[in-house]
Amino acid sequence: MTAFTPVIRSRSAAADRAFNLVTAGAAWLVLVVLGATAASMAWGGRLAFQTFGLGFITSQDWDVVQGKFGALVPIYGTLVTSAIALVIAVPISLGIALFLTDIAPRWIRGPIGIAVELLAAIPSIIYGMWGLFIFAPFMAAHVDPLLSDTLGGWPLIGPIFTGPPIGIGMLTAGIVLGIMVIPFIAAVARDVFNAVPPPLKESAIALGSTRWEVLSRVTLPYTRSAIIGAIFLGLGRALGETMAVTFVLGNAHDLSMSLLMPSNSIAAAIANEFTEADTELYRSALIALAFLLFVVTFIVLSAAKLMLLRISRAHGRTH
Amino acid sequence: MRAILIRRRLVDLFAFLFASGATLFGLFWLFWILWTTLGQGLGAINFGLFTQMTPPPGSQGGLLNAFYGSAIMIFLAVIIGAPLGVAAGTYLAEHGRHSRLASIVSFLNDVLLSAPSIVIGLFVYELIVRTSGHFSGYAGAVALAMILLPIVVRTSDEALRLVPDQMREAAFALGIPRWRVTAQILYKAAMTAILTGVLLGVARIAGETAPLLFTALNNQFWSGSLGGPLANVPVVIFQYAMSPYDEWHELAWAGALVLTLFVLGLNLTVRILAKRSSK
Repeated sequence: MTAFTPVIRSRSAAADRAFNLVTAGAAWLVLVVLGATAASMAWGGRLAFQTFGLGFITSQDWDVVQGKFGALVPIYGTLVTSAIALVIAVPISLGIALFLTDIAPRWIRGPIGIAVELLAAIPSIIYGMWGLFIFAPFMAAHVDPLLSDTLGGWPLIGPIFTGPPIGIGMLTAGIVLGIMVIPFIAAVARDVFNAVPPPLKESAIALGSTRWEVLSRVTLPYTRSAIIGAIFLGLGRALGETMAVTFVLGNAHDLSMSLLMPSNSIAAAIANEFTEADTELYRSALIALAFLLFVVTFIVLSAAKLMLLRISRAHGRTH
Repeated sequence: MRAILIRRRLVDLFAFLFASGATLFGLFWLFWILWTTLGQGLGAINFGLFTQMTPPPGSQGGLLNAFYGSAIMIFLAVIIGAPLGVAAGTYLAEHGRHSRLASIVSFLNDVLLSAPSIVIGLFVYELIVRTSGHFSGYAGAVALAMILLPIVVRTSDEALRLVPDQMREAAFALGIPRWRVTAQILYKAAMTAILTGVLLGVARIAGETAPLLFTALNNQFWSGSLGGPLANVPVVIFQYAMSPYDEWHELAWAGALVLTLFVLGLNLTVRILAKRSSK
């Protein structure tokens, strides 16, 4: 055993320590990036928070000339478009997940699964361009007038669907966001459905359950928290999505009931205005918006991760 | 009795139709978007696209400087982000496997993975652009590296976990020091999966626009230097698509088509290769 002289052993111990240190340092870096981003946004936005206080969140003024900035319109636009996105994406994604796990013939699952993943891979700027040049004109020509003429006349919900048929607005942005979010929710939901222990499903089938009954009485109850996690993951994506929304939202700082009216979102306001922001306060207000967005998405994504962790623990995975 | 059976069958049929319809609905958008990009982009693609610079409003030109800027920033981002990501992934999967730090990092890494990329762009603006006083290709590369980092951390972590424990045990039994086991055995075994992760990360950052808006900005002219504003495909597409000029719209569509083909092509190739090697 000449190879194991003490010198070599201590040298390899030192190398081991060094290797450990480097990898642990890289792991710390992930935390540093996250923490420094939050700190930097808080620091950059402090001027706006100091100047306007809580009013920054509740005011709808966005007056560049007079230097008055309130975030209510972008916050409202972000929440409304994300809500529309989820209303569309959640049922569709669950349908796709069900199709890919239980309904489709085995040979077709792979290709369709890949197609759905490709939908997630298309850069968001392509969605935005398609939205601006193709989908918005389509909405203006066909969907907006239809909604205005039918639902627009109804009591109570009428004002939500009345407006000029310009195609640019919260409804269009919400639909484009929904299409973008579908593959994220569907992919996670498919994995979650696949994680249901086969004996559970098989027993239900043996008792004579239909596919729908297996889904609604076995699969969904078993995976409930993880499915909510998947939906939250989609919500996190929708809240922070920038390019797709910037193209079709219209960059208007007006608070409007109608979904057909242009509006703004946090990410779109930053993308549109940051390079033009010529005063410290203006820039600080936009960074303060980014801080709010970061905090909200952090909470939403953490909640999503916690709910998804539960099922992977139950499923015996190590991470 | 019979009525209940029929109702159950009907509900089931409805669920079947809904799930199939939902899948068709999802694929419908994929094809619509691809169809549009192909139709609008093909007409705008010509030789000049790859040999000329971005033009001033109202004249012909190409995207050469944008392609070059994007390529060099992606390259730099991979040089910065991939080694750090693999190192952090190694910590999560190997050296810190059961440590508290590893579980915290693993959790927050997934949050960072989905965090809004525009906020990363603003962070790099505050960090580099504001302190150095000007937009630069370096800042753009750092922003892209920050987007790449969590992707590589996650995929290399998973790649290393897929290596069977028997391999580690066999290596330890031979008395090989831990770092050598990782560097010379585990990396070799997980190489394909790690590379797959990096390439998927490249596909992701190639289309990222938001983090480049306030870092690399854009540059209408040829610039080989990373020290100043640097043209890049996504921001050119954004600015040209939002402009009122038809020539610029055409160029934006051509850029969009090249970008989409690159991203989807890379995705498909990597997935097919990964599947083949796992068989």
